[in-house]
Amino acid sequence: MRKLSKLGKVYLAAVFFILYAPIFYLIFYSFNSGGTMSSFDGFTLEHYAAVFNDTRLIIILMNTVIVALLSSLISTAIGVLGAIGIVFLRNRKMRNAVLSLNNILIVSPDVIIGASFLILFTMIGVKLGFASVLISHIAFSIPIVVIMVLPKLQEMSSSLIDAAADLGASKRDILTRVIIPYIKPGIFAGFFLALTYSLDDFAVTFFVTGNGFSTLSVEIYSMARAGITLTINALSALIFVVTLGLVVGYYFFNQRARTVGTGGQ
Amino acid sequence: MKNNSRPLYMVPYYLWIALFVVAPIVLIGYYSFLDLDGNFTLDNYQNYFSSVYLRLTLSSFWYAFLITFFSILIAYPTAYWLTKTKHKQLWLLLIIIPSWINLLLKTYAFIGIFGLYGPANKFLSTIGIGEQQILFTDFSFIFVSVYIFIPFMILPIFNSLDKLNPALIDASRDLGASSWMTFRKVVFPLAINGVKSGVQAVFIPALSLFVITRLIAGNKVITLGTAIEQQFLVTQNWGMGSTIAVFLILFMFIIMMATGQKDKGGAEHEKVK
Repeated sequence: MRKLSKLGKVYLAAVFFILYAPIFYLIFYSFNSGGTMSSFDGFTLEHYAAVFNDTRLIIILMNTVIVALLSSLISTAIGVLGAIGIVFLRNRKMRNAVLSLNNILIVSPDVIIGASFLILFTMIGVKLGFASVLISHIAFSIPIVVIMVLPKLQEMSSSLIDAAADLGASKRDILTRVIIPYIKPGIFAGFFLALTYSLDDFAVTFFVTGNGFSTLSVEIYSMARAGITLTINALSALIFVVTLGLVVGYYFFNQRARTVGTGGQ
Repeated sequence: MKNNSRPLYMVPYYLWIALFVVAPIVLIGYYSFLDLDGNFTLDNYQNYFSSVYLRLTLSSFWYAFLITFFSILIAYPTAYWLTKTKHKQLWLLLIIIPSWINLLLKTYAFIGIFGLYGPANKFLSTIGIGEQQILFTDFSFIFVSVYIFIPFMILPIFNSLDKLNPALIDASRDLGASSWMTFRKVVFPLAINGVKSGVQAVFIPALSLFVITRLIAGNKVITLGTAIEQQFLVTQNWGMGSTIAVFLILFMFIIMMATGQKDKGGAEHEKVK
């Protein structure tokens, strides 16, 4: 294969610059003692202090984290069971139908998910706020978990289960001692992905959040609409670090999932 | 494994499908036939085909087309050259990382960059063009959208280019084809699936954006997504909002069919707002 040309290097460098410049621009100005994103007056940590002194913001941050953790835990549980069920569906047509239904929420635009959930919650009488946000996050995370777990299940040899059954394992034992340990890397990858999607989501949450409840992205949206405040910059620097940690975590589990898969346990 | 009875552990999952996949679609369909007072009506559909909404749909498609076009234009060479780098998986990861940063934050950054005193304008005055109103224009809207969507275009194109057998390219060269000819007749047709997945991952979200239009385009650009958000949360006309949503879903299916492909690889890991 041909090596990378000079032109290619320059082009790639330019693309990387454009991709990262806005992010570092935001972080850079989070240390600005002036109040704008256009002139750098001096180094300060006051905007970070402002983030941590703002009780309202801290509560919103807690809300966001709680919703993310709870929703990804619950969606992982439901998603894993769902994926196991799909794999054991013997009717091919039925399995394809369930899979298509599973993927609808992944491909649907967020506005549609948000709007339709808003109708649903109003209709069945769920009060908009923590409950509606949590339920929505669980709902859009489940298909992601299924997608992450399914390949692990499919590559698992059915003789493992047959062997366990022959040796007298109950269905419960098969699930907890054979299937779950085997697909564990997929489960963790699904959990991490659900977590990041929940932390990241704005559009769906924006629709189903009531007046009293807010998550970080909804709050940032209303702050950004009001104009530039360097508190957002400080917040975004913090979020950048957390996101980076999650991405690394996700790739770590995904990588392990791959090596376990090809290593043939 | 015997599995004749419907297993009990599937109940939560099926319940989820019924409540959060099937019911919402049915409800959107149902609401699209309701007027402001909750009476059954076909007015929303009639309204939709009035000039205002048709123009809105057309402009939404035009913007989505431009965004997709520029994304391909930038992403294709990037993906191509990425496959030639030494540690390509690492570089690919670095391309993907910005796509994990919250959309709002990236959009917010551009409020500063494109602002009247921001670096973009400083650059323009240094090279002698002078300060311009960049924010709240079509240009800023398309630029920021392309910026947001580039990673989602690069990833599938990279995957399909990476799968390409280099022997085919060598063969084409040995047979006397020029670089351009090789690209046109060998590389492009073989990697077209990546472009299709990329179009799928960019075009549909571009139709339904509302964050960027609100923050960067200053309500000048209205996409289908912006219109739905407007109808649901501002005007509180859920019926009309649902009707637009019905059409958005319809367009989504048409685009998916048009860009659909037999082997379903690549495109599974991504999701764009």
